[in-house]
Amino acid sequence: MIEWLKRFFGAPTSSATAKERLRLVLMTDHIALAPDIIDNMKRDLIDVISHYVEVDRDKVEVSFEQEDRVLAMLANIPIVSVNRPTPPPPPPKKKEVPASASAAIGPPPKRKRRKKPPAQSPAAAH
Amino acid sequence: MHVLRSLDTSFDSPAAPAAQGDKTDTNSAPKLGRAIVVTSGKGGVGKTTTTANVGTALAQRGANVALIDADVGLRNLDIVLGLESRVKYHVLDVLEEKVSLDEALVTDKHSETMRLLAAAQSREKDEVDTEKMQALVQTLRERFDYVLIDCPAGIELGFKNAVAGAQEAIVVCTPEVAAVRDVDRVVGLLGNRFKPQLIINRLRPQLVRKGKMLSVEDVNAILRLPLLGVIADEPEIIITTNKGVPLALRRDGETASAYHKIAARIAGEDVAAPAPEVKESFMEKLGSFFGGRRA
Amino acid sequence: MAGRRIVVTSGKGGVGKTTTTANVGAALAKRGANVILVDADIGLRNLDLVLGLEKRIVFDLVEVAEGRCQLRQALIKDKRFESLSMLPAAQTREKDALTESQFEAIVTQAAQSADYVLIDCPAGIEGGFRNAVAGANEAIVVTTPEVGAIRDADRVVGKLNDRRLPTRLIVNRLRPEMVRTGDMLSVEDVCEILAIELLGIIPDDAEVIDTTNRGEPIVLDPAARLSAIYDKVARRLEGELVPFTSFDSQGFFGRLFGALKAG
Repeated sequence: MIEWLKRFFGAPTSSATAKERLRLVLMTDHIALAPDIIDNMKRDLIDVISHYVEVDRDKVEVSFEQEDRVLAMLANIPIVSVNRPTPPPPPPKKKEVPASASAAIGPPPKRKRRKKPPAQSPAAAH
Repeated sequence: MHVLRSLDTSFDSPAAPAAQGDKTDTNSAPKLGRAIVVTSGKGGVGKTTTTANVGTALAQRGANVALIDADVGLRNLDIVLGLESRVKYHVLDVLEEKVSLDEALVTDKHSETMRLLAAAQSREKDEVDTEKMQALVQTLRERFDYVLIDCPAGIELGFKNAVAGAQEAIVVCTPEVAAVRDVDRVVGLLGNRFKPQLIINRLRPQLVRKGKMLSVEDVNAILRLPLLGVIADEPEIIITTNKGVPLALRRDGETASAYHKIAARIAGEDVAAPAPEVKESFMEKLGSFFGGRRA
Repeated sequence: MAGRRIVVTSGKGGVGKTTTTANVGAALAKRGANVILVDADIGLRNLDLVLGLEKRIVFDLVEVAEGRCQLRQALIKDKRFESLSMLPAAQTREKDALTESQFEAIVTQAAQSADYVLIDCPAGIEGGFRNAVAGANEAIVVTTPEVGAIRDADRVVGKLNDRRLPTRLIVNRLRPEMVRTGDMLSVEDVCEILAIELLGIIPDDAEVIDTTNRGEPIVLDPAARLSAIYDKVARRLEGELVPFTSFDSQGFFGRLFGALKAG
C-alpha cells in the first residue's frame, strides 16, 4: 500500500534506484578494470589538444569523479604555450590584389574603379 | 550427517557399481560434445541447482550428459542430485590417475543418460592442474553430448580451472544488485572466447511489480547478454534440493517447464521468449494487500 | 583496549554474510559502539554496495597494504550512524594481492580505534578466506537451513576450530512455515549438526532485497521486523543474554498481524 502511494507521488521505487546505482557502479568498475584503455584515451586526448595548444604531456592527469547520478571525466592538461593566433585565410576573391608583407596592417590599398573587371589569369590565384 | 539422510528415506544403499562410459564409434572421429561452464561470480545464486536441473532436462530429452562439480572442497552437486551416498571417487582421483574415469562417473538415479563426476571434498582448489582439467573435459566431450561444469563462486583459481576446458558459458544471476555486479565482472573475465548466455534465477514477479526487485528488463538492460531463461523463485526448489530430486524431472509446473525450455534453447530450438507467469492465489493476493513480505 | 576482531564467514556463497556484516555492524553502532567494517572480498566487493557507500570509495584495502595511503584515508565514515566506518576491498585485484600478515596488520591497526572490527569474508575456504580469518580473534558462521549451506558451514567450522577461534552461529533466511511442514530444517537441526553456539536466528524477509536496492541497511528502519532481530544479535555479542524469538506459534492471524506491523 505504501509502495503504491510512493509510486503515485513520484518517489522512485527501490528497483529504479537499484538500476541507477548499478549503472554507475558498473561504469566505475569498467573504468577501474581497463587502465590501458584509459591510457589510450589520455594519449588520444593529448594528441587532439596538441593541434591547438602546446601541452606538457608528462603532467597531464585524467581522473573520474562521481557526484549523484553523474560520472564525469576530469582532465587536467597543463598548457605550455599558445601559438600567436594567425588570422584565418581570406576567402578567395575573383579579383586578385597582390598582398604585401604587412597586409594585415594598414588600410587596404586604393583601387581604381572599373566598370568592367578585367578577365583573371589562372596563375593569379594564390 | 545422519540428520540429512532422514530428510529422504529413499536414499539407496551405497556402492552402486560404477557407470559405463558412453561408447563412441571408433571408426570415425567422434563428434565432440559441448562443454558449457555454469558460472556467476557471486555465490548462492543457483549455479549448482541450475547445473543439476539443466543437465536433467537435457538428459530427459535423450542426450548423454556429464556433470562435473568443479567446487573442490565445497562440493554440492552430488547432494542436489541425491547422489552423495553413491560417490566413491572424485575429480582429483581421476586427474591424479588413481582411478579411471569410468570408475569415478556416477550414474544419476533418475536420468540414466546422465553421469556425475564429483568434486573432492577434503582437498583444495589449488591442487587441480589446469591443463589436466582441460584434458579431462576434452575426454568427456568425446563421450557425451553435453558436459556441464558447475563452477565455484569467485574468480580465482577454482573459476579459472572450471572455465579452462569449456567452449561455452552460462552465467546465472539473481535480480539483485550484488549478483548483477558480480556477473558483470565475470563476463569481463570470460573475455572474447565466450559469448555467455544469461539465466535469471529466483525472480519474484510480485516484488518486481511492487518495484522492490529488479525486473528481467532491468537486468537485461544492464548486462546486455542473450537471455537463455528465467526461473521464478519458489519453495519447491529448496524442497527438491533437500530431497535430492531435481525439479526438472517433473513434466508440469512452471519451474520444470522453464528448465525444459532452457534445455531446448541450448539444443538449438527456437522457443518463445521466457516470461514466468504469475498465478496468484487468493491468499497471496490477500498477503500482498497487507504488504505481506513473501512474494 | 583494542577492539574485537570478528570474521563473518560461511563457506557457501550467497547465504547472507555481507548483509549480516552490514546489519550487525550497524546495530552495534546504533547501540553506541565504534564499529569498522572491512570488506575482504577482493575482486568481487559488495559490502560497499549493500551499505550504499559505493560512490564514496577513494582508496581500498590493497592500497593501504601497499602503503599508497593511510588507513584513515581509506575508511569511509557512514554518515547515517554515529560511529560506523567501512574499509572497501579492491575491485580490480585478486585475492593474492594481499598476504595473510598484511591483512592481519591492517585489521589490528583498525582495532586500535574501534570497539568492533567486523570482517566480511568471501565465499570459499581458499586464500580469500585465509586472509579474512588471519585478522580475526572471533568468528561468526552464517548459514541458511539448507543442505548445501550446512555442509559448507560444517567445513568452515572445522577450519575455524583448527585455528582455535571462538565461533558462533547465525541461521539466516529461516522460513518458519516451511519448517512447520517439514520442508526445511529447523534451527535445532542446524545447531545439532554444526554444534556451535547460536548467536542469532534471522527469518527470511523480502524487505532485505528492497533495502539493498537502495543501499540502506535494514536496521535504519526501526519499524522493520529485522531491525529488532539484528539488535538482539548485537546485544548478544555484547554479552547480554537475550532469549531467541520463537517463530513457532504463528498461525494465519499471527502472520497477518506481523505483516501489518512490518508495514
